[in-house]
Amino acid sequence: MTTDTKNTLLPQAVERRNPGMALDLDWVRRVQANTSAIERRARTLPGRRTVKKDVQAAWLCKAVSCIDLTTLAGDDTAGRVHRLCAKARQPVRADLLDALGLDGLTVGAVCVYHDMIAPAVAALAGSGIPVAAVSTGFPAGLSPFHLRVQEIEESVKAGAREIDIVISRRHVLTGNWEALYDEMRTFRAACGEAHVKAILATGELGTLRNVARAALVCMMAGADFVKTSTGKESVNATLPVSLVMIRAVRDYFSQTGVRIGYKPAGGISKAKDALTYLMLIKEELGNTWLSPHLFRFGASSLLGDIERQLEHHVTGRYSAAYRHAMG
Amino acid sequence: MSVKDIFDSMDYGPAPEDAAEAFAWLVDQGDRFGHFIDGAFTAPGDGFLSKNPATGETLATLTQATQDDVDAAVQAARQAQPKWTRLGGYKRAKYLYALARLLQKHSRLFAVLETLDNGKPIRESRDIDIPLVQRHFYFHAGMAQLMDTELPDRDPLGVCGQIIPWNFPLLMLAWKVAPALATGNTVVLKPAEYTSLTALLFADICRQAGLPKGVVNIVTGDGAVGEMIVAHPGIDKIAFTGSTEVGRRIRAATAGSGKGLTLELGGKSPYVVFDDADIDSAIEGLVDAIWFNQGQVCCAGSRLLVQEGIAQIFLSRLKARMEMLRIGNPLDKCIDVGAIVDPVQLQAITEMVDACAHGEVFKVNAQLPAEGCFYPPTLITGLEPSHRLMQEEIFGPVLVSTTFRTPDEAVQLANNSRYGLAASVWTENLNLALDVAPKLTAGVVWVNATNLFDAAAGFGGVRESGFGREGGWDGLRAYTKPRRRVRQLTRIEPNPAKNGDPEGIDQTAKLYVGGKQTRPDGGYSRNVWSKTGKLLGQAPIANRKDIRNAVEAARGAAGGWAKTTGHLRAQILYYIAENLSRRAREFAARIDAMKGGRQGAKEVEASLRRLFTWAAWADKFDGQVHGVPIRGVAMAMREPVGVIGTFCADEAPLLGLVSVMGPAMAMGNSCVLVASEPYPLAATDFYQVLETSDVPGGVVNILTGSHEELAKPMASHMDVDAVWSFSSSDLSGLIERESADNLKRTWVNNGRARDWYEEDSRAFLEATTEVKTVWVPYGE
Repeated sequence: MTTDTKNTLLPQAVERRNPGMALDLDWVRRVQANTSAIERRARTLPGRRTVKKDVQAAWLCKAVSCIDLTTLAGDDTAGRVHRLCAKARQPVRADLLDALGLDGLTVGAVCVYHDMIAPAVAALAGSGIPVAAVSTGFPAGLSPFHLRVQEIEESVKAGAREIDIVISRRHVLTGNWEALYDEMRTFRAACGEAHVKAILATGELGTLRNVARAALVCMMAGADFVKTSTGKESVNATLPVSLVMIRAVRDYFSQTGVRIGYKPAGGISKAKDALTYLMLIKEELGNTWLSPHLFRFGASSLLGDIERQLEHHVTGRYSAAYRHAMG
Repeated sequence: MSVKDIFDSMDYGPAPEDAAEAFAWLVDQGDRFGHFIDGAFTAPGDGFLSKNPATGETLATLTQATQDDVDAAVQAARQAQPKWTRLGGYKRAKYLYALARLLQKHSRLFAVLETLDNGKPIRESRDIDIPLVQRHFYFHAGMAQLMDTELPDRDPLGVCGQIIPWNFPLLMLAWKVAPALATGNTVVLKPAEYTSLTALLFADICRQAGLPKGVVNIVTGDGAVGEMIVAHPGIDKIAFTGSTEVGRRIRAATAGSGKGLTLELGGKSPYVVFDDADIDSAIEGLVDAIWFNQGQVCCAGSRLLVQEGIAQIFLSRLKARMEMLRIGNPLDKCIDVGAIVDPVQLQAITEMVDACAHGEVFKVNAQLPAEGCFYPPTLITGLEPSHRLMQEEIFGPVLVSTTFRTPDEAVQLANNSRYGLAASVWTENLNLALDVAPKLTAGVVWVNATNLFDAAAGFGGVRESGFGREGGWDGLRAYTKPRRRVRQLTRIEPNPAKNGDPEGIDQTAKLYVGGKQTRPDGGYSRNVWSKTGKLLGQAPIANRKDIRNAVEAARGAAGGWAKTTGHLRAQILYYIAENLSRRAREFAARIDAMKGGRQGAKEVEASLRRLFTWAAWADKFDGQVHGVPIRGVAMAMREPVGVIGTFCADEAPLLGLVSVMGPAMAMGNSCVLVASEPYPLAATDFYQVLETSDVPGGVVNILTGSHEELAKPMASHMDVDAVWSFSSSDLSGLIERESADNLKRTWVNNGRARDWYEEDSRAFLEATTEVKTVWVPYGE
């Protein structure tokens, strides 16, 4: 178990936790998502908003604070995880953070497989950075149901404070919303105090309408966060998918007063993209969501690009990758 | 504010676009501009200031054109025109291509200058206006290339006078100039006095492209200069985009001049949201519908109609979205709503909203800049059609709204307007969308979208939103005319009385209204004499009340007739031909008796042939699907014009009548036909043919009487959609003038004869239909 007492990065430390609600199928079936219109909104947003100079630097630092620094590879070792955790504690070179006046900036969490929880917890001790574990037969979620539930319990026991579960895509594809709801409800219960992110694997759900409805059902069943992807699907986080999911989040908030977090994952590797995501969140959900307790990036290479941009901001000279520490 | 502060507040900061290059260009031109005439700028003369509405600062001094300036511009255009046409399509295409490329190369300069001059957000000028301008020139470079092969029987009109508004200064220039040049016309263009700078920069670009002198001429000034262009005898066509009021004046001023005219005018476009719509997307669409360009858009979705069951949630979400709009410096790249174009316009918007005594006014709670012309995005809910702001165009960032219960009611509310420019429909139900779109009275319908434009798709209105289409092949036709020799038409007088005796039993010719034979309201008739002086009978003298009755009958029949299938209309037209052919000899004898000579049989035969032509066309004049650059379709649907009133040819009493009745019926219109004035009895015989041919009552109505007497009540009738005259009486000026009130379509002969034996189906197909462009983006 972790001995951390700093819990400020955890959603439940700031927000009232989502108690969930009874499955409301009328609401689920009422949800619409017009693909062309959603794509139009997503496409034009980067032209409507921009941030420059100090504002851009501040926003990039905000993006850093919202990163779930992730390694989800078959060849992960304790050593690899230690290096990642060191980067999580010091995501940006100290001299740059000093120049920006943001000493002590860390990422939002470190995200690993179950077997890497222990080394991650040890490496992050005292930092306040939570460890997130992917779970429930990640990424396909097709292992026996009782084992998936058990995996959650094991991971929580091992010290994971956040659990990223994968939903059964087949429940969405067959419109079996009751089954999806029950599954999510069970996963949530298994998480106990750990907070739970529901990975929808949007690249496998077929339509944006399915994405919207799946997100809504998971929220009704008690998800603390909804997350786009495992990073293993052929299409991961996109702006249109994000727009659909955060509109579902907004809808849920307006009906229940409960704020659900959002995590796009996979495919976000450029600082400019990260800024666009932050703008999307600000425009559609408001500033409250621009914080690691309600917004995370699932990303591994994004940080490197942000570091280079921040050095450019501080020095006025374009940067190079080797000038920044590996994660 | 430190980086740390911003990290906590997550506010946006200023992100101004650098305007240095645009100012440098203005300085290079001496901050003073003359006109662009015959390939060169004239010396600056007395004029007026061009200001930045966001700051009030003066950008340049412009010259008010005098009559001499306009004369010089028209003369330069006239002189350049034949040579420009003779260059041929390929060489004109090369110039248009060069203009497109230069517009692209200088795109940011154009965008910044447009924003400085007009006050629209740089995002819009950079991402929408200027790219559409480039697209328009590219597209029309292609049209120039294809003209020789695709429109081989058409010629340019000559010199086009073009008057454009201030809301999309360069884009409207492109919409006017590109098609005119592509088809071999030359132009005299007047930009709006608030926003002339990008037109002058365009003139500079024309020089860089090496465009021959005199092909494009630009004169600056206020409405007085516009009037000089409209009245100029050396101009062949007027193309105007602007207010309905000015459009009406231009219609009246050009009446009888023989000038071509296209008008793209105001609107109060409905934005219809059904209860199964993607509500968030529909709300986002409204941002682009009514807060695009500060709502100063002729086709702005300014009238929100939302289904009652979702109204509450829709409006509350809409208000939340409105609060996210950023209003301020248009040069800031992070701004949604910029400046109103001029203090005069700001004043007009303010007064209209302040005078609104109904509904609830919700204004965005935004800090407006202290200087400059700004108006907060505004929503007025709970209005009814009887309230002024539901009917009148505000031309500002003000949305009005009401609710509806059923699709039918939505259509009724949407069409309860004098305008008919555009409409948006939001529903996830394809059946509903495709049912409603054709029922909306509008030239453009966007399904689950708004304000989509493209050079390939026609844009333009119906009713008081004007006539003519811009873009695509339809837009091109408005800059060309058929290549044919014209012959003057002389007035044909009725045969004089000679006291010859009538033959057989007295025959009573009546009017034919609503499928019934009726006596004329006035109770007068006139004798009709044969060429040889025999009394052939009496023709009723219709008066204005008979026009009223006939139009009412035609209106009553129009809706149902438009809904019938082309297949059915074809059968009825064939049946008319069949029944006419049974009586061919009788009709031939009647024509010969009235006209003298022995051409009657030939005219009857031509009439039968003509009926077959229109029966053939009834189910074959297809719409189009345009290749627009979106994932979706833009369908050009051909819709009937509605009620067409026609003064039929005097010289061909049967063929002239059949030639207008045929296309009108075939395309789904109803008509009021005023028969040949000197030889009316072929028409009165003809209604017996109609009576036996299953023609629904009211689809065809036949009147006899004086063309001159009836022209005014017909042309001024508000419920008539189009008036044509092929009469040998000189009605053209009168009809065009009287049509100005409701801006009905007109087609007049200007005293020129038409060869009725010649097939000219295309002209009649165009005149009996209106193009509606329905945009349907798709994707799942």
